[in-house]
Amino acid sequence: MELICPAGTPASFRDAIDAGADAVYCGFRDETNARNFPGLNFSRDELAEAVSYAGGRGVKTLVAINTFMRAGNEQLWTRAIDDAAELGADAVILADLGLLAYAAERYPQLRRHLSVQAGAANADHIDFLVETFGIRRAVLPRVLTVAEVATISKRVKCETEVFVFGGLCVMEEGRCSLSSYATGKSPNMHGVCSPASHVRYRRDGTEMVSGLGEFTINRFPESEPAGYPTLCKGRFVAGGQSGYIFEDPASLDVLSQLHALEAAGVTALKIEGRQRGRAYISQVVTEIRKALGTLGGAPRTVTDGNALRKLSEGQRTTEGSYDKRWR
Amino acid sequence: MPATPMKLTLGPLLYLWDTPAWRDFYFRIADEADVDCVVLGEVVCSKRQHFHQPVLGEVIERLASAGKQVRLASLALVTLDRELKSSRHLAEQDDFAVEVNELAAHGAMRGRPHAIGPLVNVYNGATARFLASSGATSICLPPELPAASIKAILRDAPGIAFEVFAFGRVPLAISARCAHARIKGFTKDNCHFVCGEDPDGLPVDTLDGQSFLTLNGVQTMSSTCQSMITDVLALRAMGVAALRLSPQVCDMVAVARLFRAVADEELDPLEGLDHLRSAYPNAQFSNGFIHDVPGHRLVTAAG
Repeated sequence: MELICPAGTPASFRDAIDAGADAVYCGFRDETNARNFPGLNFSRDELAEAVSYAGGRGVKTLVAINTFMRAGNEQLWTRAIDDAAELGADAVILADLGLLAYAAERYPQLRRHLSVQAGAANADHIDFLVETFGIRRAVLPRVLTVAEVATISKRVKCETEVFVFGGLCVMEEGRCSLSSYATGKSPNMHGVCSPASHVRYRRDGTEMVSGLGEFTINRFPESEPAGYPTLCKGRFVAGGQSGYIFEDPASLDVLSQLHALEAAGVTALKIEGRQRGRAYISQVVTEIRKALGTLGGAPRTVTDGNALRKLSEGQRTTEGSYDKRWR
Repeated sequence: MPATPMKLTLGPLLYLWDTPAWRDFYFRIADEADVDCVVLGEVVCSKRQHFHQPVLGEVIERLASAGKQVRLASLALVTLDRELKSSRHLAEQDDFAVEVNELAAHGAMRGRPHAIGPLVNVYNGATARFLASSGATSICLPPELPAASIKAILRDAPGIAFEVFAFGRVPLAISARCAHARIKGFTKDNCHFVCGEDPDGLPVDTLDGQSFLTLNGVQTMSSTCQSMITDVLALRAMGVAALRLSPQVCDMVAVARLFRAVADEELDPLEGLDHLRSAYPNAQFSNGFIHDVPGHRLVTAAG
């Protein structure tokens, strides 16, 4: 299985390659990609350098252009495709149907991967896009069990890629407007979720209160570190109960399932975290590379799970939907 | 009266109502509601489908004989084989119009005419034109679109009947996990259909007591009820063909009457909003998305 690693900066791009990535994915510095955060992403020149560094080492560069084209400003997205093609990207990762149509028509030779943001959760959906736009790989949304991943991977007429480590969307990707409901900024249109520009913290007595837009997302007693107010990982009240009603502030770790994913026929494993620092990229890629090296023998888990857990959001992990009981 | 009156579509009932309540709701719609089209069927959770199957036939018949167009909706999130089969079956039948809510069902239509529901991502004219080239004749746009996008899409994709989500709690997200069952101590696979205990959804408040969201099984909705009654004339001027009213536990016959009166310029929009408050007394209304501000806000000419 290929290891697909994130890079938010040219430095982490090189780190990912040096640590053993088979492919690195990144995006341009604007709202054409789903990690449109300040200080992150690549200029055209930086991408050109990255492609050349990767190519010289037999590593592929995948460019995520995976938000939805804003009506009236489509040229920002189509230009991203033009530039990715011209700069020698090995593939573009797309979600918008109009943009898939553009890429398929203008650059038939440029590999098209279906982004997780397309929310393609079944084989018919994926095969429709294989037949229509010639997509070569689909990144599966984090709504599936390992058994469902296997069913899809065996049936579809393209490769499949799944997330194995990093941030976890609780909601189906590409179909979540929670952030724009609270802040006016959305993953689909602006490439952001629970954006830092709308985050505020205030002290209330002994508690730290985190908010997003006008809404309180969490309250932390002094004994607890105040986490980032990601909307779906906040504490709320419903049905007379208060707590993490959607999901704990945990991140995804399905490294214990690598054998099952290989048996499922998955082509590539993806690490989330373009917004993370160089230490995260190096350490996570190195550990997972080691684990992959042991596949084919006896079932084995990641050698240094504890070290990786320290790099996780809230230092807690979950297998998410891959484990049927999570639902 | 405008030359081409706007149409009213009653969207699919997104909550789990018990069988008699579901049937009686649609019987009243058939007999009393001034809507052009009624979308039926379970969109949110395939586990609920059996509740309405026994009375679906008589509901369709009553609506059709009242002169309403009936569309059958496909599921929004399809992962299981059983769910795929039900989408394919829906696409293959010829008796009723179909509204698709994800692309497996769209592909299964094989180019035959159908409607696109609001949970399919249509953010630009190119996407709308692609869907039209593979059979879509009408598209209900995603609720989070601002007016500028709606305008640009309509300009870019002529020949498609566009609809806008004008009334009801906004479907904001869908998950494999059922937060509704979890909060009541169950899992999705063994849920005892506890979402049925909350026919208008289960409110989610912040720890500071602010109304925030609403649980509806695996779907998360807004706590506010979208109301575009004060935007109807602007939408009509853009060329929007139809307004979607999404059923809530309120007087939906009155809601339809109010939207119709405003669309026909027989009722002042702000007065319409006031009357809407009587039709749905406990609701907080919002229309922020179309005004390009956070979706939970309400923006009217009166401020």
